[in-house]
Amino acid sequence: MCEEEKFDAIIIGAGPAGAACAYTLAREGKEVLVIERGNTPGNKNVTGGRLYTYALEMLDKGLYEEAALERKVTHEQIMLLGRNSGISIDYHDPSFNEKEKVPMSFTILRANFDEWLASKAEEMGAMLACGIKVDELIEREGKIIGVKAGEDEMYADVIIAADGVNSFMAQQAGLLKDIEANSVGVGVKEVIELPPQLIEERFNLKDGEGAARMILGCTEGIHGGGFLYTNKESISLGCVFMPEEAAKHKKTIHKIFQEMKMHPSISPLIEGGKTVEYGAHLVPEAGFRGIPKKLYRDGFLMVGDAAGFVINTGYSIRGIDLAILSGTAAARAILASDNTSDTGSKYIKELNNIKLLPTMKAVEGFGDIMETQWMYDKLPNLANDVFGSLFAVNEEVPGSIKKDVMSLIKANGLSVWQLIKFGLKGVRSI
Amino acid sequence: MSIQRMEAPELLSLNKFNVDEEDPHIVLDKEICRVCKEKPCLYVCPAVLYKLDKNGDLTFDYAGCLECGTCRVMCKNKGIARWVYPRGTFGVSFRQG
Repeated sequence: MCEEEKFDAIIIGAGPAGAACAYTLAREGKEVLVIERGNTPGNKNVTGGRLYTYALEMLDKGLYEEAALERKVTHEQIMLLGRNSGISIDYHDPSFNEKEKVPMSFTILRANFDEWLASKAEEMGAMLACGIKVDELIEREGKIIGVKAGEDEMYADVIIAADGVNSFMAQQAGLLKDIEANSVGVGVKEVIELPPQLIEERFNLKDGEGAARMILGCTEGIHGGGFLYTNKESISLGCVFMPEEAAKHKKTIHKIFQEMKMHPSISPLIEGGKTVEYGAHLVPEAGFRGIPKKLYRDGFLMVGDAAGFVINTGYSIRGIDLAILSGTAAARAILASDNTSDTGSKYIKELNNIKLLPTMKAVEGFGDIMETQWMYDKLPNLANDVFGSLFAVNEEVPGSIKKDVMSLIKANGLSVWQLIKFGLKGVRSI
Repeated sequence: MSIQRMEAPELLSLNKFNVDEEDPHIVLDKEICRVCKEKPCLYVCPAVLYKLDKNGDLTFDYAGCLECGTCRVMCKNKGIARWVYPRGTFGVSFRQG
């Protein structure tokens, strides 16, 4: 091994975690190599999706202004789908689109965004090698010292696994057992092209503004939910499911999603659109409890999805921001270490300083509520039935609302007691 | 054009693939799959690449794989003998993501 050929850091994966790490290290003059298996960064990645802007601001002030982003999210929406009806809640906050103020979040598409962020890391001096898959880690005397890709071997003081949810690198390093089926969701998505003007009309948006919508009751009772994000010239419509439950109920993920697309409250939103891509990806769903016990070894750190850094509270989903934070934390730890043996413990310290671990811990209880099985069909159906009965006017004398609700609860196979318990569990969890 | 349900092959035809004809990245052990009762792969693959033929045997084509890894995670009986990412530059290339 020739010392001159040794990098300060090799990063496996040019997604947001890897690119943020490379950006920060290269800015401080470190020799960084980023290895990406896709032809271009973002090529293998799929998001819902949105990016919370604060993470880019942390990476570098003002960076977001030139970023490859879609629309500023000014409309936060929640939708409950019944059998043939839907309830939409739309929280409109124009302050998310005020001049001189950093917008809270943007909708994004990963092929564009990841490529842009990786190019910023390159501008800082990082070396980017695309179309190369790392096959294995090189270990010597208990320390990870390099990577092997085909016949090529490359060496560095520290290797960063930014290789995503299926992190084969972290598995190889012995830090991650194979993924448990109940710790991941599988997301599917269609990107549907529509003229910008039509998107703005349908979602009541001003120029450049966007909507983000979480959808409950579209998974045929399977633990999961739908999402819709408005991009500049397209809509990202998709669903995330627990695959274990889909298999148990012998329901095809592709079919359930197609039925959701055709739901009478969804299809008018995408009418006239043209699907241009169909993507799928796994999402870590175990939250704080799913983070591996150890996130490092001598010469090796895990960041982003590889480390399970995703938050799903049901009303907001965060992963890309946490990826950027963790990549930044890893870089800071490397910059603060004189030798590799204490980089790992410094990394954990930085993950706390950057508030990633405390944030994940703070919302860990949300997973408990989401285990309630009837939340995914009976509850949205009941809510729709109650609204239906509330808005119904005809020649008859209206019945008692209380009585109506009671009978609807029963008709949906639920009891008042179940709902009370659910409410209490909800309050306790958050 | 009005919105319609789309079959998986039609959806996959919209994507860009560079199929590695020499080196399949997913390989099944047909014997294990033949006796596997649950066959979760039939339901969880978003691309619906796992199917039953008219004799009830499992068929699989890795060509339209979206590389999500769901089948690997769900395969309890180890019928998936090999699951790696395709070699560099091969496989799906998301242009939107």
